[in-house]
Amino acid sequence: MIPLSWYLILAAGLFSIGLFGVLARRNAVAILLGVELMLNAVNINLVAFWRYGDVTQMAGQVFAIIVFAVAAAEVAVGLALVISVYRRRNTVVAEELDLLKW
Amino acid sequence: MTGEHIIFLIVGAVTLLSALMVVTMRNLVHAALWLVATLFGVAIIYTLLNAGFLAVVQVVVYIGAIAILFIFAVMLTRRQAADTGVSVNKNWWAGALMAVLTFAGLAYLLQSWRGFSKTAAAIPSGFDAVNQLGEALTSPAGYVLPFEVASVLLLAALVGAVYLAFNKK
Repeated sequence: MIPLSWYLILAAGLFSIGLFGVLARRNAVAILLGVELMLNAVNINLVAFWRYGDVTQMAGQVFAIIVFAVAAAEVAVGLALVISVYRRRNTVVAEELDLLKW
Repeated sequence: MTGEHIIFLIVGAVTLLSALMVVTMRNLVHAALWLVATLFGVAIIYTLLNAGFLAVVQVVVYIGAIAILFIFAVMLTRRQAADTGVSVNKNWWAGALMAVLTFAGLAYLLQSWRGFSKTAAAIPSGFDAVNQLGEALTSPAGYVLPFEVASVLLLAALVGAVYLAFNKK
């Protein structure tokens, strides 16, 4: 049987890679890709804790389902924002979208 | 070292490597396709964790909808910054440092937790996870309220996305 630590380390690695993507990428779509990686890392943790805890308590899987729904909503609104911004400013590079910056 | 360990190691390595490709690829269509590989790896991890329903949902919702939506968005915003120029900003080293520090901090915190290396108990015989999940999601004693809130959130996101992306001209 695989120990819980393997899953937790895998999830931590996936989360860190996603964090790097969010912090370092210039393209707004690439930033959203990083957010997806981070959400998946969280989901691995939730399901692993469900499996290694009491399996009759479904909270872990229910939370994972709700993370799926939130991720779908986030991607739909985020990509709609990106497309809308692209139409108005003709760019999707995050550092060129500095309208609110002094 | 059983077969399960070997499968986990292979799938975990493929997942992490394709995640690295997602954040480093210059061509965003390739990055989105590597994201599909990562999501498949995560689906196999769910299967290893005896969460078969979540693995199916992962393939249908994440790969079938979200990854395809990403590819659409890349194609709709492609004229610049997709293939040319640098793909990371000038503070990328600080981002990399933050990521490494986060991983080190998480690993340190986790290894100091006493439940870190525990193994799973066997699933009780006759236990149907999908049945239990359905009951938990729809019974008032379970999680019916968060479930309904998630539905309303999806509806609001749908309306908001249509409004935002609507071309008023």
